Amino acid sequence: MAESDQTVTEGTAAEEVPTVDEVLSQAHAASELDPDAPAVLTVSNLRMYFPVRSTGIIRRKVGDIQAVDGISLALPKGGSVGLVGESGCGKSTAGRAITRLYQPTAGSIEFEGRDLATISNRELKPLRREVQMIFQDPYSSLNPRHTVGSIVAAPLRIHNVVPKNQTLKRVQELLEVVGLNPEHYNRYPNEFSGGQRQRIGIARALALQPKVIVADEPVSALDVSIQAQVINLLQDLQREFDIAFLFIAHDLAVVRHFCPEIAVMYLGKIVEIGDRDSIYNNAHHPYTQALLSAVPDVKQAITGGRRERIQLTGDVPSPIDPPSGCRFRTRCPIAQEICSRHEPPLLQIGRRHKVACHFPGRLGEHPHAPLTAGLLGVDAEGRPDPGASPSSDLVEQPGYADTWFDLDKKSIGRA
Amino acid sequence: MTAPSSELDSHLAVDRGPDTLLTEVVSKSPMRLAVARFRKDKLSMVSLVVVVLFFLLAISAPILVAADLIDPLKNDTDLLDEYGLPLGSFGGISGDHWLGVEPGGGRDALARLWYGTTFSLSIAIAATIIAMFIGVVAGIVSGAAGGWVDAIIGRAIDLTLAFPQTLMLLALSAVGLAFVEEILGVPRGNPAAAVYVVGVLGLFGWTAVARIVRGQVLSLREREFVQASQMIGASRFRIYFREILPNLWAPILVTFTLMMPAFVSAEAALSFLGVGISAPTPTLGNILTDALRYADSAFLYFFFPALLIAIIVVSFNLLGDGLRDALDPKGHR
Ligand SMILES: Nc1ncnc2c1ncn2[C@@H]1O[C@H](COP(=O)(O)OP(=O)(O)O)[C@@H](O)[C@H]1O
Ligand code: SF4
Ligand SMILES: [Mg+2]
Repeated sequence: MAESDQTVTEGTAAEEVPTVDEVLSQAHAASELDPDAPAVLTVSNLRMYFPVRSTGIIRRKVGDIQAVDGISLALPKGGSVGLVGESGCGKSTAGRAITRLYQPTAGSIEFEGRDLATISNRELKPLRREVQMIFQDPYSSLNPRHTVGSIVAAPLRIHNVVPKNQTLKRVQELLEVVGLNPEHYNRYPNEFSGGQRQRIGIARALALQPKVIVADEPVSALDVSIQAQVINLLQDLQREFDIAFLFIAHDLAVVRHFCPEIAVMYLGKIVEIGDRDSIYNNAHHPYTQALLSAVPDVKQAITGGRRERIQLTGDVPSPIDPPSGCRFRTRCPIAQEICSRHEPPLLQIGRRHKVACHFPGRLGEHPHAPLTAGLLGVDAEGRPDPGASPSSDLVEQPGYADTWFDLDKKSIGRA
Repeated sequence: MTAPSSELDSHLAVDRGPDTLLTEVVSKSPMRLAVARFRKDKLSMVSLVVVVLFFLLAISAPILVAADLIDPLKNDTDLLDEYGLPLGSFGGISGDHWLGVEPGGGRDALARLWYGTTFSLSIAIAATIIAMFIGVVAGIVSGAAGGWVDAIIGRAIDLTLAFPQTLMLLALSAVGLAFVEEILGVPRGNPAAAVYVVGVLGLFGWTAVARIVRGQVLSLREREFVQASQMIGASRFRIYFREILPNLWAPILVTFTLMMPAFVSAEAALSFLGVGISAPTPTLGNILTDALRYADSAFLYFFFPALLIAIIVVSFNLLGDGLRDALDPKGHR
């Protein structure tokens, strides 16, 4: 594995620094979507609120940090879904709620007929073998006082995966699988580089042979060339062990190669979700379009030749007091009155494409009238429309339906 | 990218097998840096030598006593005048009695101080270990568990600090000693007194440790390796004591060295108040208390134990400060 990694890097030796995506494309074919794969993990309406307490002796709850506010997605068996959004959008919180590092406030996480969201801690322990996590920071995710061997052996010991006398052998196998020298099991993390440390974290996650891995920005802390190596490794592991990945990233360049399906998250909500083609070539949400304009090689296609970047001004607003209506409206270049009055529903607008915007459209082709007004039973400004009645089936569901909202006919229909 | 990144270099270095990478990286390890920083600091090095010397003294005294080379208990009234004061100048200093003799009993001052150091340091170490143990456990649990557990431990700390320690200690010494003797079955007299003093110092001394450890744990808790061990299904116990505790040795070491001298002087203060090991068994505290009576008639007899306690307090404190600076160069406390 280590040798193949080197060829990857050497093969890309060029004058100009290539993107992760370019590096990756030269090594492996991009992961393809299997539309018929059954879902292994289904997240419905997941909410994760952190209480805000007053200071003082009696610490009353004064509000909620709505870090994740109702997200739904289905993770296909052996597939991978990318979860993308700026820092502070609630991606890590979502990942941690799904892996039950946090107890979700509401919603369900269905895995093999059980709801991880409500399961007790005792029942949770065996399920830890099935759902694992790779952490973002390779410098803080490994205990500096433990050897690599004991870090990778810990899950084996805790779950009695192998007999005691075979632990070392298994640890060495795992180190080899992730491309590390198996003889280095008695070294400490500080003797390894960032990329190698991340491989150690991957070996730890693999030790329990999970069916699902949530990878929380596994390459954000690494150099571009190393990012490619680690993503290649994950892709190899996914194919070899049939692991489903929820791959969290803060930009769209990193996940493009690895994830045939991508969810874009903004301030606790999924604003657009779809297959690779829908997101990269046919994005309909202004936020996705802004994120895409920051990806060098996508820039040209999406902006129709205009190379300038769509600047998002300001930061993500506080999730304690999110903007009313559409949460993106404070930064949205095309926001109108209805956006502050009503939250746009996450509408399916294609076979595998959903978007949450009142004015969904390709860049520069956003409609002038809100497409959702009819569904919500309001007029174009978002005021109640006595003549219309709100559509009843706007509840977010994981996965995709066979019928969707046709943007041309402005009604729900079958293709 | 044209030039292989350092990352790739290290990959290659590791894959080739030899320890080229290892030697290079190990020199950067935080431990090595701390040792280097500590060595550079002259004052810390001197205090380390002095502290080691004290431990050697403390360990050697019982051996010398057993071998009959020093005798801290033998009275010799021949060395005293009719008022009970040492004969000769400078408190009876002579070839046989390097630091003079004790007024009143004529025992050898050096032997008593030497042996007394053993008792004083033993009491201080025992009390420190108890305080550290309670403080570290309470601090880890408090910081890592948070919530109501943290609140309860926090209140316990406040309560302990608000307790009028010295007063209660004196008022309760009869009850406390009875408890030690009857319930714990420690022989009456000095053994019971020693246990009482150690227990009291330990039970009241843990709060500072708990606070320091709790603070450290609060920041360690945010490190991802704690979540990672939760992720693999580690028990609370494992997370507290296998994951978090090994990362606390630096503050523990520093606190230990700073707490020791405080307990050496606390033993002396308690001795003065009449609680603790009493003569003929020597401690620095009871020697000093006894010597106070002779502060003007036999000044050197008073001077030596006072000097010894001062040296212990200063050298341990300097060592603790030096360790803290070396281990935590940013000095965030
Ligand atoms: N344990 C927590 N307690 C309170 N607020 C939190 C906690 N974890 C995250 N948050 C808040 O939730 C929001 C989302 O954080 P996070 O999930 O880390 O975002 P991302 O991973 O997308 O950068 C942030 O505003 C953050 O401050
Ligand atoms: S709903 Fe309105 S504010 Fe939100 S993204 Fe669409 S246009 Fe912008
Ligand atoms: Mg994050």
